[in-house]
Amino acid sequence: MRVMAQIAMVMNLDKCIGCHTCSVTCKQAWTNRQGMEYVWFNNVETRPGQGYPRRYEDQEKWRGGWELNKRGALKLKAGGRFHKLLGIFSNPKLPEIKDYYEPWTYDYKNLTDAPLGDDFPVARPVSQIDGKPMKIEWSSNWDDNLAGAPAYGDLDPMVERTRQQAAEKVKFEFEQTFMFYLPRICEHCLNPSCVASCPSGAMYKRAEDGIVLVDQDQCRGWRMCVTGCPYKKVYFNHRTGKAEKCTMCYPRVEVGLPTVCSETCVGRLRYLGVILYDADKVTAAASTPNEQGLYEAQLGVFLDPDDPAVQRAAEEAGISYDWMEAARRSPVRALISKYKVALPLHPEYRTMPMVWYIPPLSPVVDALTETGHDGEDADNLFGAIDTLRIPLEYLAEVFTAGDTAPVRASLEKLAAMRAHMRAINLGEDPDPRVTEAVGMKPDEIEEMYRLLAIAKYEDRYVIPTAAVGDARRLEESALPDGCSLEYEGGPGMGGDGPFGQDSGQRKLLPVVSVENFHGLRRRQTSDDPTDAEEV
Amino acid sequence: MTTLLWGVLPYVAVVLLVAGLVWRYRYDKFGWTTRSSQVYESKLLNIASPAFHYGILFVLAGHIVGLFIPMSWTDKAGISEHTYHVFSLYGGTAAGVLTVAGIVLLVYRRRTRAPVFRATTANDKLMYLVLLGAMALGMIAKLTHASGDGYNYRESIAPWARSLFTLQPDIDRMHGVPVLYQVHAVIGMALIAFVPYSRLVHMFSAPVQYLFRPYVVYRSRDPRQLGPRPERRGWEKTGS
Repeated sequence: MRVMAQIAMVMNLDKCIGCHTCSVTCKQAWTNRQGMEYVWFNNVETRPGQGYPRRYEDQEKWRGGWELNKRGALKLKAGGRFHKLLGIFSNPKLPEIKDYYEPWTYDYKNLTDAPLGDDFPVARPVSQIDGKPMKIEWSSNWDDNLAGAPAYGDLDPMVERTRQQAAEKVKFEFEQTFMFYLPRICEHCLNPSCVASCPSGAMYKRAEDGIVLVDQDQCRGWRMCVTGCPYKKVYFNHRTGKAEKCTMCYPRVEVGLPTVCSETCVGRLRYLGVILYDADKVTAAASTPNEQGLYEAQLGVFLDPDDPAVQRAAEEAGISYDWMEAARRSPVRALISKYKVALPLHPEYRTMPMVWYIPPLSPVVDALTETGHDGEDADNLFGAIDTLRIPLEYLAEVFTAGDTAPVRASLEKLAAMRAHMRAINLGEDPDPRVTEAVGMKPDEIEEMYRLLAIAKYEDRYVIPTAAVGDARRLEESALPDGCSLEYEGGPGMGGDGPFGQDSGQRKLLPVVSVENFHGLRRRQTSDDPTDAEEV
Repeated sequence: MTTLLWGVLPYVAVVLLVAGLVWRYRYDKFGWTTRSSQVYESKLLNIASPAFHYGILFVLAGHIVGLFIPMSWTDKAGISEHTYHVFSLYGGTAAGVLTVAGIVLLVYRRRTRAPVFRATTANDKLMYLVLLGAMALGMIAKLTHASGDGYNYRESIAPWARSLFTLQPDIDRMHGVPVLYQVHAVIGMALIAFVPYSRLVHMFSAPVQYLFRPYVVYRSRDPRQLGPRPERRGWEKTGS
């Protein structure tokens, strides 16, 4: 047993209202730079929909992730090592910027500078890629809220697969439509195919917390990682010629703060926590022959931090006490392994993703309510989950490689929770058969309800710090041993390197002032002036 | 002049190459990349780039054989001058045509595809000029001396090139070498000197190690910067 710790995330899709706050704050924090205009480390897709980049789930086209070879061993779907090196001079499976969308700005200057004339001056859209006026034909979230679904909806690769499986038509007529939002970040997989694809060895998984990163000094721009990632969450910075990806906001996570997307999530639907897993079992689990067995196989890789054998092995592996404590309190582990309501995104890619999702019950409830039935009555709901086959099968294509059983089990638990809690709120006696039907005890259901419905900041984000002793100093400087005045332009700054800005071995990283919810509130509401000046 | 061209310039080129690589590695690791423009346009690139790169690898191999395998070796192996010439003429021309076709298509793409052109720097333009110049002159030199057994550079240029390694350059060998070959050699040396200062530097990061490393790479944070404090003496954990 080789115990490793992973910072994982669970998102409760029932609560996602598709407001894109996470995307915007992430963009402001990480990708508001030239060369990254088209990049969203976090994006929110309306499903059914093509996603971002368009039809990224069509792995027959993009060749992301792993597959099994004839001997049943894992192999990169885009080709093995020799194949990669022989084809290194171009990458035919690389999405172009237009597969994401061509970023643009507007010619605002024309509004003030246009010569006097009969017509009102307009600000024409100008491409940020070639600097020329362009016609806007696609963008991120072009198909938000099923916009254009009658025309584009059929292009969703998962709709295509659902149709093959169900031999039934997913209708995109307005009254029969169901939809939900799917926020996506990098999955920080246990078996990352992007890392395996990188010829330079610049991509790596951090041993301490499992965060997958790109070493910007080692990346040589071969672009294999972009193809390798089946979720298309590694991006090519077209200015620097290097790959960049979601960093799980590691500078924040290291000091115990949630990621920017989690911190700013309006619906409070994100959970962050530690999961322990057995690194020796990952390859075997990812090689499970049956795609539909991959979900169970991945559950089998996770370790129980309450198990004394695991505790001992973890101690030997150098996992510190506060990490073990965090693993025990982990909301993510509870939702994934204990209640089993969270499911992985596309386990069939065999990358063992670590951002999991609680499937949305709301489309079912809404559909039921629209037909005039009581949408929260347990019997109605249980029946509806099965009869509304299209959502169930569609969700199964997204979360469990087409196996409807885990999705149904998860939705039934959520339905039971609704019925049970409604009875309590209305002062009725909860029907014990409802909770029994999903194999849970009433107090377990209530515990799950607390985690899903009223969990506070500290309950949703249980993040151990990289170094407790250093946490305070880390907040102001990424390198704690440096002088605190050595920030850019500061009095202690040694000046630029011998060959201009950013040359020489970079000793300094820009100072990042870390803001958090509690810090802000304390400063804004405190009567004590010293509190108000902090940070 | 002869001393300058054939006795000094080669060493200047090598010094610039080595010093440039060291400098680039130390001070500009971040800029050390292929600077791919494939995300802008990939249809033409998928044809042109492999054609150019495979072509230039064959050309490189041809140059190594031509310059560094002494004529006496091939004579001993029983390969006549005529056979060698025909082989190098047709092989070299095929590789050259493939390379030139590739680079011409790449330059065409760079000029006509607006996003790619916008991402082209002055350094890139100079690089294309030197590279195309070296290639074109090499082809012209070879083809204008193609008749009969052609020009036998293995009795003049090749021994000179080998003598450079002994630090006693045999400058006299370069007397009487056709002008076209001389110009090609000078531009070639300029190209070698230019490599570390242009995007061509990516040739030195050919990822051969990819064949030998495990698929998934793990790294730890630098313990001096972050992470739990190192264990104190006398407090080491059990079992380790």
